[in-house]
Amino acid sequence: MATYILKRLGLALITLWLLSVIVFVACQVLPGDPGRAILGPLAAQSAVQSLDHQLGVDRPLVTQYTSWVSGLLHGDMGTSTQFRAPVEPYIQAALVNSLKLAALAFVIVVPLGIVGGVIAALNYGRAADRVISVAGLSATTVPEFVSGIVVIIIFGVALKVLPVSASAGAGASAPSQFEHLILPAIPLVLVLFGYIARMARAGTIEALNSDYARTATLKGLKRTVVIRRHILRNSLLPTITVIATQTGYLIGGLVIVETLFNYQGIGNLIFKAAESKDFPMLAAGVLTIGIVYMLATLIADVLYTVLNPRLRLGGAE
Amino acid sequence: MTDLVTEPAAEVAVAQAHGELPSWRLLLRRPTFIAGVAILVFWVVCAVFGHAIAPQDPLAQQLLATNKPPSGAHWFGTDQLGRDVFSRVIVGARTILVISFFATLLGTVVGTALGLMMGYLGGVVDIVTGRLVEAVLALPLLVVAFLFVVAIGPSPLTIIIVIGFVFAPLIARTVRAAVLVERQQDYLASARLLGEGSAHIMFVEVLPNVLPAVLVEFTVRLGYAIFTVASLSFLGFGVQPPTPDWGADFSANYGVLPAGYWWMTLFPALAIASLVIAINLVTDSIEQVLAS
Repeated sequence: MATYILKRLGLALITLWLLSVIVFVACQVLPGDPGRAILGPLAAQSAVQSLDHQLGVDRPLVTQYTSWVSGLLHGDMGTSTQFRAPVEPYIQAALVNSLKLAALAFVIVVPLGIVGGVIAALNYGRAADRVISVAGLSATTVPEFVSGIVVIIIFGVALKVLPVSASAGAGASAPSQFEHLILPAIPLVLVLFGYIARMARAGTIEALNSDYARTATLKGLKRTVVIRRHILRNSLLPTITVIATQTGYLIGGLVIVETLFNYQGIGNLIFKAAESKDFPMLAAGVLTIGIVYMLATLIADVLYTVLNPRLRLGGAE
Repeated sequence: MTDLVTEPAAEVAVAQAHGELPSWRLLLRRPTFIAGVAILVFWVVCAVFGHAIAPQDPLAQQLLATNKPPSGAHWFGTDQLGRDVFSRVIVGARTILVISFFATLLGTVVGTALGLMMGYLGGVVDIVTGRLVEAVLALPLLVVAFLFVVAIGPSPLTIIIVIGFVFAPLIARTVRAAVLVERQQDYLASARLLGEGSAHIMFVEVLPNVLPAVLVEFTVRLGYAIFTVASLSFLGFGVQPPTPDWGADFSANYGVLPAGYWWMTLFPALAIASLVIAINLVTDSIEQVLAS
């Protein structure tokens, strides 16, 4: 198992390197002249050139890339052009906010998704199954701002029972913060529900068709016992990994939800950075999202190996 | 095991999509398929003939009739500039459908070619492309598309190219898996013994047999493309005003929602939802028919 985890770590490092190249190309090669972007079209060419020199963007691309990466390795993620300050404090604060929102969404969606998937599988091919499957898939592909607006109109504008802004303000108490996060969590729950339910359903159907489930039924165990003891234990394994990998997608969906609800998280941060052409901030934010996602996938893979006795004892692959 | 399920929808679909293309007769027997196609056809008609169908000019501003709630004269009300929301929703079908369709088509064509090469040629091509797929997958689709559209500047063509190129490796991965199954078949060995070249075998012999997988992948991706195009427009990096567009109209009027003007945002949002659900109904029916 140790070799497997080491191999997995090595692959993650290669992916991380490719990711840094992608982000570098998008944020520092494609956008054109940063000096011109900051100073505007009317600035003198000499001023643009001196600012470019000051920012270091007139150096060869390879030099720029290596100095950017070595900065990253030393914990220097760059300097924001909109705030004229290091980006790390902004990223850190935004990440903490995003994690709060993500945690709430997960606490709601995980039990809901598993129960939905298992119910669909137990009614395989019948109406309940089709409704859960199609509704789940639709909820997954309906953009978060669409479901977001529906809950805002119902609970925020028509009934006026919940606040429509996610930020409770500085120094707000924990219950008040929680109250502000309920509405933003709903679109995230809807998007994730389909994925989790689908995996739980597929896993359960596979377990239901297995020989051990048939044996358990034939030896006279009650259906509820067969489901609880034999089926759920096996069917939930793939679901656990999906739940972990969804963390990354959840953080991606936060771009929309945080913008819609004006919440100061990592998604809103990269949106605002993009609006004001703050490419160092954008690069740092996107890279952070990529790293969080990779960590989640890594944890998912390791968890899968640890939880699955066949892999744990037999040595992976 | 490195790519443990990131998108179960596509994975499951492709596992089942093996063999022949779904027959129309079986598809037409499914009410979900008919409902999905009906909604899709409605929006396609709006996209093509929108200006002729719309009761009013979607760009005409009536400054004496701004922010009017839905009524007989304006079914979906009017927006902040007094434009008819109903007409804008009808005409707005065009941008999102055209961009999503061509983005998905580009991704499918490039991805299928890439997947055929990865699966059939194997070796270095397979390893290098596989790593690239992993890196693209390390970011949520919307974030990658957003990053590149911001860097290059928003325009319909940019969005089509960016989404197409983000889709290509994902589709390639699916096609590759399908090709690996086909490689075991006898007809490939006989084609090779007949002296056919790699290109001929890939595109003439293998391609027709992986088409069901490509078809399912196309419909699944189309749903994601609509999601992404709408979201980019919502973020202000998609279709630019004053062109009628569901996502852009939504974000332009979102600010006045607290004032109670819900119709300007709700109707474009519902239009997006109906389109996405229609595509899912069609996708689900195709999968069911292929699986049965």
